Amino acid sequence: MSTVLPRPDNRDFSHYLTPAPEDRVRMDFVVDGIHCAACAARIERAFAQEPELSVARVNLTEKRLTVEWNDAKQVDPPQVLARLEALGFTGYPFRVAEREASEKAEEQRLIRALGVAGFAMMNIMLLSVSVWSGNETGLSREARDFFHWISALIALPTAAYSGRPFFDSAIRSLKARAVNMDVPISLGILLALGISVWETTHSGEHAYFDGAVMLIFFLLIGRVLDQMMMRKTRAVASNLAALRAETVTRILPDGTLKEVAAATVEPGQLVLVRPGERIGVDGLIERGTSDIDQSLVTGETAHQAVQPGMDVHAGTMNLSGTLEIRVRHAAASTLLARIEALLAHATEKRAGYVRLADRAARAYAPVVHTAAALTFIGWMLWGLSWQSALLISVTVLIITCPCALGLAIPAVQVVASGAMFRRSILLHAGDALERLAEVDTVVFDKTGTLTLPEPVIANRKEIPDRLLTIAGRLALSSRHPLAVAIAKAGGADNPFRDVRETPGQGLEAEDSRVKIRLGSPAFCGAEAEAKAVSLAYPEASLIAMRCETDVAVFAIRQPLRADARATIEMLKGLGLSVEILSGDREIPVASVAKTLGIEHWQASIEPGGKVARLEELRAQGRKVLMVGDGINDAPALAAAHVSISPVSATDLAQAQADLLVMGASLAPVADAIRIARKARRLMTQNLWLAVIYNAIAVPIAIAGLATPFVAAIAMSGSSLIVTTNAMRARFAEGNS
Amino acid sequence: MNILVILIPMALAMGALGLGAFLWSIKSRQFEDIEGASWRVILDDDDLPDEAKR
Repeated sequence: MSTVLPRPDNRDFSHYLTPAPEDRVRMDFVVDGIHCAACAARIERAFAQEPELSVARVNLTEKRLTVEWNDAKQVDPPQVLARLEALGFTGYPFRVAEREASEKAEEQRLIRALGVAGFAMMNIMLLSVSVWSGNETGLSREARDFFHWISALIALPTAAYSGRPFFDSAIRSLKARAVNMDVPISLGILLALGISVWETTHSGEHAYFDGAVMLIFFLLIGRVLDQMMMRKTRAVASNLAALRAETVTRILPDGTLKEVAAATVEPGQLVLVRPGERIGVDGLIERGTSDIDQSLVTGETAHQAVQPGMDVHAGTMNLSGTLEIRVRHAAASTLLARIEALLAHATEKRAGYVRLADRAARAYAPVVHTAAALTFIGWMLWGLSWQSALLISVTVLIITCPCALGLAIPAVQVVASGAMFRRSILLHAGDALERLAEVDTVVFDKTGTLTLPEPVIANRKEIPDRLLTIAGRLALSSRHPLAVAIAKAGGADNPFRDVRETPGQGLEAEDSRVKIRLGSPAFCGAEAEAKAVSLAYPEASLIAMRCETDVAVFAIRQPLRADARATIEMLKGLGLSVEILSGDREIPVASVAKTLGIEHWQASIEPGGKVARLEELRAQGRKVLMVGDGINDAPALAAAHVSISPVSATDLAQAQADLLVMGASLAPVADAIRIARKARRLMTQNLWLAVIYNAIAVPIAIAGLATPFVAAIAMSGSSLIVTTNAMRARFAEGNS
Repeated sequence: MNILVILIPMALAMGALGLGAFLWSIKSRQFEDIEGASWRVILDDDDLPDEAKR
């Protein structure tokens, strides 16, 4: 193939390969840059010409490409990557996480259950309508019984199959000695079926098979939509993880290098980290000295010098020297062990939250059950036979069976999480919406959250363009993140030849007999100038350059997110109080707090200190939203009432966060709160609608007038009303 | 009324046929890429790669 690009091929892809039927080998890629069907078709058409591939299919929803090689001998992932690159896309090897696979299976199960319930509902309704109209026009008793028997024959197996999700959840909840919404739902279904069978065997007039199956069908729609939305969200999140390409370079015992997936590295193995690379493992430095940027781990923006014998953590950035690192077991590292202990503690505390739906169910179940019991006693006293009294009291339970109540919250959740998805917010947990709506305090981490992860030149205006261009050209020769920032600002694309790099010091080059240096102020003899700049930009890292007698000092720092100030103001406008808790030094934190107009801030805080502050706020009765990205934020994210991470966050932080925000903007944080508040309002409205419905329906049922026909109308009507109301969560624009 | 003996099984059979088709469509993974499938229909391309291969 002529389009293959040169690429070091020491990468190990075995981690990503999975066996497929007929000896084929399958591999998935996340493809960056697929936007439309035409892209997908272009990729598929290109791969169709490859004889060794038996399948190449793009999934446009998930933005992934699946290929299958005919047999193991032909497996060649680098060629697939090169081919994608030639087409203008970037591919990343991807392994479907077990959790995602099991979620997919769950979704399929729900859709199947929905299909079965839909089939059953249509057929039973066909029979029911005949019975209802027949009851008016003189349908013979035999024919009615016959119809009821057929309905039972369809409804009972359907309920056993399609009702499983509700029954399982109800049993789980009862085992935990709690009542959730599925308990009254299951009870309603079982009672409706039970009484219908009894009526049928006694050739009675009223059978509720249609109502029971309709209930299952409507509620399943809610579950399926919820599951689909969640899966879409998770697929995006795991694609982003793959885009970060967590690979590390292993040093094999024989000294050769191999690039492998970070997940496959085992304790005791040796890995190589070059300057400018992110360290992918926790371990001990065995050889080499360097500076590392720990901002993702501790929030500290000042760089730390490291040498053999020191611990380094996954997520830190290696800046100046090449390091050889012996991988340690994650828990063995002191910092991580401490954070994990904090995490376990924090997660335990949060488990106490009870969802709105379950709270509603707890209030609702006793009332309805008491009403049913009173109905039974009342009719007995009136002089009815116990069978008839029981029949009426059971219809009370059936008609109040929370069809609307069961949909009231999931429907809003689905619509609201869709609205969030369109605003680049990924919702991890459904009940996070409710918690987010209750928030009255927002606590921000600084580094990587209020600021962007990539550094830029802060004193750009004070530096002559000529010097910046020269510095940029020189900086092209280094992978040091500060050099990358200078190169980007300089807009240079032609590096000098013969650049010498002094590790930990800087770069030197010669251009028409002029010596140019770029590096630490000492390396360039620019200490005096550096002192002046550091007074103006106390929180920035300094890089100097010297070109003959011309000297410039660059102050480089992580910039605030462009809309940080506007977002903070918006949050305050929503009536929230805002705080900063940072692991960084006091000076940079103070300057950020001042710029953003945040009065409360604390600097140099340990992970445990963040959790302690959150608990203090909780003790004051505050509901706190924590926004953070670092490993040091993870315990605080878990301890807060609800939490948000930017997608640039570490895996540990993302795993704890309830929501993820994509992109460089901070505004989605405010959007998320607004949408959540609106959603919460709609949920409450829906619950009240359900209550009103019951207030009308229950007296009818108590009076003994609730026929299966009335039940069917009431159920579908109330479901339609709450679903329509839920749709309003789509429109959460402007101030609400 | 005897006509019911034929009509009801017929109705059920037709329903079951629909259900069968639905279950088959799930099994053959037609619901995995809803977005993509909606575009594949209108793409003006007769030789889409995997039709040719499968």
